[in-house]
Amino acid sequence: MLKIHNLRAGIEGREILNGINLEIKAGEVHAIMGPNGSGKSTLASVLAGKQNYEITGGTVEFLGKDLLELSPEARAAEGLFLAFQYPIEIPGLSTTNFIKTAVNEVRKYHGKEPLDAVSFLKMMKQKMALMNIDQSLLSRPLNEGFSGGEKKRNEIFQMAMLEPKLAILDETDSGLDIDAIRVVSNGVNKLKNKDNAVLMVTHYQRLLDYIVPDFVHVLYKGRIVKSGTKELALELEERGYDFIKSEVDVEQEA
Amino acid sequence: MSKENYDHIETNVNEGLSTIEKTVLSDYKYGFVTDIEADEAPKGLNEDIIRFISSKKNEPEWMLEWRLKAYRQWLRMEKDEPKWANLKYPPINYQDIIYYSAPKQKDKPKSLDEVDPELRKTFEKLGISLSEQKRLTGVAVDAVIDSVSIGTSFKEQLSELGIIFCSMSEAIQEHPELVKKYLSTVVPVTDNYFAALNAAVFSDGSFCYIPKGVRCPMELSTYFRINAENTGQFERTLIVADEGSYVSYLEGCTAPMRDENQLHAAVVELIAMDNAEIKYSTVQNWYPGDKNGIGGIYNFVTKRGICQGLNSKISWTQVETGSAITWKYPSVILKGDNSIGEFYSVAVTNNHQQADTGTKMQHIGKNTKSRIVSKGISAGFSNNSYRGLVHVNKKAANARNFSQCDSLLLGDKCGAHTFPYIEVRNKSAVVEHEATTSKIGEDQIFYCNQRGIDTETAVALIVNGFAREVMNQLPMEFAVEAQKLLAISLEGSVG
Repeated sequence: MLKIHNLRAGIEGREILNGINLEIKAGEVHAIMGPNGSGKSTLASVLAGKQNYEITGGTVEFLGKDLLELSPEARAAEGLFLAFQYPIEIPGLSTTNFIKTAVNEVRKYHGKEPLDAVSFLKMMKQKMALMNIDQSLLSRPLNEGFSGGEKKRNEIFQMAMLEPKLAILDETDSGLDIDAIRVVSNGVNKLKNKDNAVLMVTHYQRLLDYIVPDFVHVLYKGRIVKSGTKELALELEERGYDFIKSEVDVEQEA
Repeated sequence: MSKENYDHIETNVNEGLSTIEKTVLSDYKYGFVTDIEADEAPKGLNEDIIRFISSKKNEPEWMLEWRLKAYRQWLRMEKDEPKWANLKYPPINYQDIIYYSAPKQKDKPKSLDEVDPELRKTFEKLGISLSEQKRLTGVAVDAVIDSVSIGTSFKEQLSELGIIFCSMSEAIQEHPELVKKYLSTVVPVTDNYFAALNAAVFSDGSFCYIPKGVRCPMELSTYFRINAENTGQFERTLIVADEGSYVSYLEGCTAPMRDENQLHAAVVELIAMDNAEIKYSTVQNWYPGDKNGIGGIYNFVTKRGICQGLNSKISWTQVETGSAITWKYPSVILKGDNSIGEFYSVAVTNNHQQADTGTKMQHIGKNTKSRIVSKGISAGFSNNSYRGLVHVNKKAANARNFSQCDSLLLGDKCGAHTFPYIEVRNKSAVVEHEATTSKIGEDQIFYCNQRGIDTETAVALIVNGFAREVMNQLPMEFAVEAQKLLAISLEGSVG
């Protein structure tokens, strides 16, 4: 589904991604971990199409298409979803109206008729039950005054409504307590199936107890320096990132 | 506004939004010209022109005298042309304007079927249906093209209730006692320079009288259009709500593309008696000038309402997206005890537009209340100023005011300014004022993009969210048009 080949990208002349290689197939759950400044969030932003980043090399293929050629809204319509680390507030715009617009814009992209109010509400009620979200959250203006946990749950709810092929979760557990992590993870797990994929960007191993990855990759200095299974995450938890750093730095000097 | 209305608007916003891409790419949609022979006065202003206008309209002698008196007063006021607004424009040459233009029509039509088909086609293009089919939306429409009111639907139904809704010209003929009683009692001729000009040369407008205890069963509406080159439009509207009555009035405007600036100096007077209520809504879409600031309408308007009676209420709601220059302060004089004045406004400026707009709430009676919600949106190189006055008289016991002035800036070349004046002369008054200034962040746009929403649509969503509180005040018919208008007026503003 997603093939990243030698991706290089930077911002304001500074190169942050130094040749990322990664392949994600349908049905898989991947996790990317790494120390601060390794480029994890940059990778998520670059895949989503955030403007200030420059692509200096490499290719990204998503569902057979050249992802880097597509605008952010086209990438979303093709099935790429980013659960933001810091979801933005839009005062005065109800969450319901926002999601309805998103759903219908994506439908339009695929040449489908927009959902009328009744069908949309039906779909919403269904997903609300699935995700355990109540009505009060949705009639409020988008993310305005939401707690950290509420914002993250809102992200996953939007994911449920948009049904993406690839969901990138950018530090979804940051700022959440155990209960909130559990709720959010339940949501993600319910949405997982053999046709879609999840890419988690995370600092801590903790989230991976709830959303169990098939593959774990370590990002350091803009490259994926080690890949493994969920055991690798446990090893990192025990030994910290230093052992990876020294391994890599020794190699580089050699 | 009730929850059903809110949901209805939400539904409509989305239906409307999916057409934004098409409309955004089109040029100013109303920039076309009707090919009809117009009956025009020669350029310039002098007593002969005034007589010309008055005779064209078959006005009684008292009306001509009234106009001439106003004209002479205007001449004396030459040095009073206001210069204090935060607006820059070249001096207006009052002799270079045509003060009367009416499409040639043989006799006054007796029914809509007799109205010139070309004219009716123009209104259809504008989306205004003069036909009785408007019954479905329950809106009585009085359409004004250039200077003459063309047909008024629903007259019979309204007249059964004793409601008078007709053109000003007709009111002068058919209801002179009412006109004489109320005209210029709220905006005196010498109130300001443009009011005096309007009094001298006003061409037409709406007259509305709601008798005691009657609740007008439909929205009353007037549609304006400025057609011929170099004509100023000088509308005069007077609405009187007698004791215990209610009326909701909608005013919408469009104008064609022209290179020369055109002057629009209207006067609107509202009078609410004991226990009466007037709701006046405007969606203004005058031609704003092109991207370089050439052309566009000068909109210098005096709008004032007086809450004459006990427990009376007047609310002004406006969505202003057009005009090269906007200078207007719909105001309320809260004379009656317990009276309420409200002002809800969304003013958008883009490219090189300028706006100096706001309101005056004058608290005179006891226990009066006023509420001001002003949302200014600036984009491009434009300048948007809010100027408000809350004045509490010495004897105005227990006055309450709440003002909220918010500015939204799109880009970094535009300006937003707030000039709130608060004058309180009575110790028991409670006056609250809040103001915020914000920008549309790149992050907000990106968040929308990542959900499949393109940038133009995202801006429309964010702007509509910003203006929500005001938009909710608009009657349903206008709410949808207004939301689309907001989006269109901001096209190209976020790059």
